[in-house]
Amino acid sequence: MNTTIAQITYRGMLGSRRVFLLLGLPVLLLALTGVLYALASSPERVTILLMERFGVAMMLPLLGLIVGTGVIGREIEDGVIMHLLAKPIRREVVSVTKLIVAASLMALFGALPIFISAFAMMGWEADVALGFAVGALAGGVAYAAVFLLISIVTRFAVTVGIIYALIWEGVVGTVAPGARDLSIQQWTLSIADAVSSSAFLKSQVAPGFAIPALIVTTLLATILAGRRLRSLTLSGSE
Amino acid sequence: MTDHSAPTTIHLDEVSRWYGNVVAVNNVTMRIGPGVTGLLGPNGAGKSTLLHMMAGFLAPSSGSVTLGRDRIWQNSKVYKSVGIVPEREALYGFLTGWQFVLSSAKLHKLANPVEAATKALNLVEMLDAGNRRIDTYSKGMRQRVKVAAALVHDPPVLLLDEPFNGMDPRQRLHLMELITRMGADGRTILFSSHILEEVERVAQQIEVLVSGRHAASGDHREIRRRMTNRPHLFTIRSSDDRKLASALIADGSTGGVRLGEDGLEVRAIDFRAFTRLLPQAARKADVRLLQVSPSDEDLESVFSYLISGGRQ
Repeated sequence: MNTTIAQITYRGMLGSRRVFLLLGLPVLLLALTGVLYALASSPERVTILLMERFGVAMMLPLLGLIVGTGVIGREIEDGVIMHLLAKPIRREVVSVTKLIVAASLMALFGALPIFISAFAMMGWEADVALGFAVGALAGGVAYAAVFLLISIVTRFAVTVGIIYALIWEGVVGTVAPGARDLSIQQWTLSIADAVSSSAFLKSQVAPGFAIPALIVTTLLATILAGRRLRSLTLSGSE
Repeated sequence: MTDHSAPTTIHLDEVSRWYGNVVAVNNVTMRIGPGVTGLLGPNGAGKSTLLHMMAGFLAPSSGSVTLGRDRIWQNSKVYKSVGIVPEREALYGFLTGWQFVLSSAKLHKLANPVEAATKALNLVEMLDAGNRRIDTYSKGMRQRVKVAAALVHDPPVLLLDEPFNGMDPRQRLHLMELITRMGADGRTILFSSHILEEVERVAQQIEVLVSGRHAASGDHREIRRRMTNRPHLFTIRSSDDRKLASALIADGSTGGVRLGEDGLEVRAIDFRAFTRLLPQAARKADVRLLQVSPSDEDLESVFSYLISGGRQ
């Protein structure tokens, strides 16, 4: 971890208009929470539906995309990453620092609003808020690592990220039984389910698989990101 | 302070770089040592590709690029001795110039980053503008702040990719003076440019790259002399131009003579033979030479010749 790189990255993410992108989804979640709280007759079921369909299935991967591409993809695209890479610092340190920043932003703009939203609806009941918060934290870190890797690997990170987030995670991961096992969204729900005692929350993937899968995915993406950054080529204008 | 024990010569040995079927750099061997070297070539000649390989941002497809004996590619330690000023203009616009250069000093883990950043900004005359955000800077100011960030650790080797782009004449002159001074201090400075006047004014050594090939090396006069087949143009004024013309045309070292408004325009095929012949022929013909001036001595004509592949 390099604090100077982390400071620059935080400023780039929070000190610009990008922060409104990060705030948009959590604000929408909290607004939906307010509306549903006023209207819902069965808060537990509604809370879980809101968390599953919006918090975990939509907000988390999109935030991962914004954060993952924001912390490094943009810098690679415009070449400003050269300022960090032309220094006597191992590139693995650069990528791990970027991941730590991305993961912390996922916690702040993803897991925390999910917890606040679920807690506002249900309090501590059936540990739904805690379950989704823990799940979103673990899933958020994995998303950050995967999108960070995508940002380093391809210059079309946003397109690839949207396809991954919406098609794989959003459609294939929820519909195709085999693909469910390979979905960060399902692993997130599995952890939420393991922590919570709610009868309305039933995940498709066992936590015995989901937890190692999240750890392996995060570690693998981090290692690959470091390696790829080490071999990153930046072309000139010619 | 410059680390005098650090290697200061960049070695390129049979370096090639290709993208698919396109060869960007073709079997280039050169040494870039202390002093100012200009990497000259037209747009698309492969200058940036070569410079990126020297900066460790591109792996050679074949051959080796080293600083002293240290491989540059995938070796972050070399950046202790190397400063890089990339051509691309993008910077962290949300930082002030001061914050940007200070961050560079911190990333180099310097003992006194504040002092180093102050010194570097002072060197490029950007200390006063240092508290302004970079996104409010002109192109020239951005360029200078990039130079300050590259110099903050006082590197013995500095690589600059098209550093004069976008600078106004005063800023250009200032950077030229700075580069000249740093070269005189014993640093290895390499800058790329497609503008001949810049290279001519600043570089003691010129490496010419044409279509990915190392076309020539030396100062611009040396480059010219080494091209033995190249015809040289002279404008000669004498006491009797017609008489001198007939004397010169009889000799094999003269390719052509034209009587122009300013005197004789002579195309010399063999530079050395012609310079020997001219005074002898004039004496024999009893003609007084009033003025002999090479009409294509500027780098532009040397460069045009190299680009044409010697077909001129």
